[in-house]
Amino acid sequence: MAPINAGIVVFPGSNCDHDTEYALASFEGVRPVLLWHNEHDLRGVDLVVLPGGFSYGDYLRAGAIARFSPIMQEVVDFARKGYPVLGICNGFQVLLESGLLEGALSRNRDKKFICSPTTIRVENATTSFTSRCRPREVLSIPIAHGEGNYFAPPEVIDRLEENGQIVFRYCDARGNVTPESNPNGSIGNIAGIINREGNVLGLMPHPERASETLLGSSDGRKLFESLFDSLAGRQ
Amino acid sequence: MPFNAKIKVTLRQSILDVQGKAVEHALKNLGYASVDSARIGKYIEVSINENDRTEAERICNEICQKLLSNPVMENYAFELEHVN
Repeated sequence: MAPINAGIVVFPGSNCDHDTEYALASFEGVRPVLLWHNEHDLRGVDLVVLPGGFSYGDYLRAGAIARFSPIMQEVVDFARKGYPVLGICNGFQVLLESGLLEGALSRNRDKKFICSPTTIRVENATTSFTSRCRPREVLSIPIAHGEGNYFAPPEVIDRLEENGQIVFRYCDARGNVTPESNPNGSIGNIAGIINREGNVLGLMPHPERASETLLGSSDGRKLFESLFDSLAGRQ
Repeated sequence: MPFNAKIKVTLRQSILDVQGKAVEHALKNLGYASVDSARIGKYIEVSINENDRTEAERICNEICQKLLSNPVMENYAFELEHVN
C-alpha cells in the first residue's frame, strides 16, 4: 500500500505540531509532512491536520489571523474538494474562523485555562474519523485550552443535531453528559463537530496527547486509525 | 486626506463575558455597590488613506466583518475622523 502523507500545518505559535508529528509517525505507513504557514503548496498530502497552539499569538481572536495565512487558502480548497481535514484545539478555532465549520469558541465559563484529562462520548461513530469507535463509546482524551466554550445560534445547533454533526460531547467516566462534566461551558457539552459533507472535523480535546499508554491513554489513536481506514478504502 | 477609524468590538449580549464578570466582581469587592455590570470589548484604531468618506466607511465595514470581529459572537461600531 502506498504510504499516507499526513500534512501538519505549522503556524507561528503552533505548539502541538511536533507532538502531532510524533503521534502520526507511530502509525505504520504514515509519513508526516510539516507545512509552513507561508507556503502555497500542500505537497500532495492525503490529509491535513491543523494542530493545537496559539497561532499568531491568538491576537485579536484565537484562529482569526491564521485563517488568512497563505496555506489556509489551500487548506480551504482542499477541504472543499472533499479531502480530510482535522482541526485540534487551536486548529478547531481556525476551522470555525475560516467558515469550514459553524459556530465559535469563546472563553471558558470559569475564566481559567484548563489542562486536564477529560472523557468524551462518541455521538456519531459512523464518520470517517470515528469508525473505529463503538457508538456512545467513552474516550479519555485530555484538553488544554482557555477558549473552548463552544457557541452557535439555536438554529445551527438544531441543524448540527439533526444531521449527526455533533461527534463528541464531554461526559463523565460512565458516559453521562452532565453539567458537571462540562469543563468549559460549551452548549450541549459539545467537544467536537463535523461538517455536513463529513470530511472536516474539529475538536477541542487533543487525540495526539492520548496516543500511547505511557501518556495515560491511547484512545486518541482510534481517531487517526479511523481516518487512515477511510483513506485506505479510497485508494 | 486620511481618515482615522476608531473601532469598538464588543461581545453580543447573549455571550457570557467572563472577563467583564471578573471585573464587575472586583469593583463590587472594592465597595462600589452602585456598579451594576462591566463588559469588556476591544478598541482598535485603523488609519485609512482615502479621500472619500463613503469609501473609507465601506472599507471599515468590510474589515470589521472580515477580520476585526466575529459576527457569530461579536458586534462592532466605529467612528470615522478626518485627520489633518
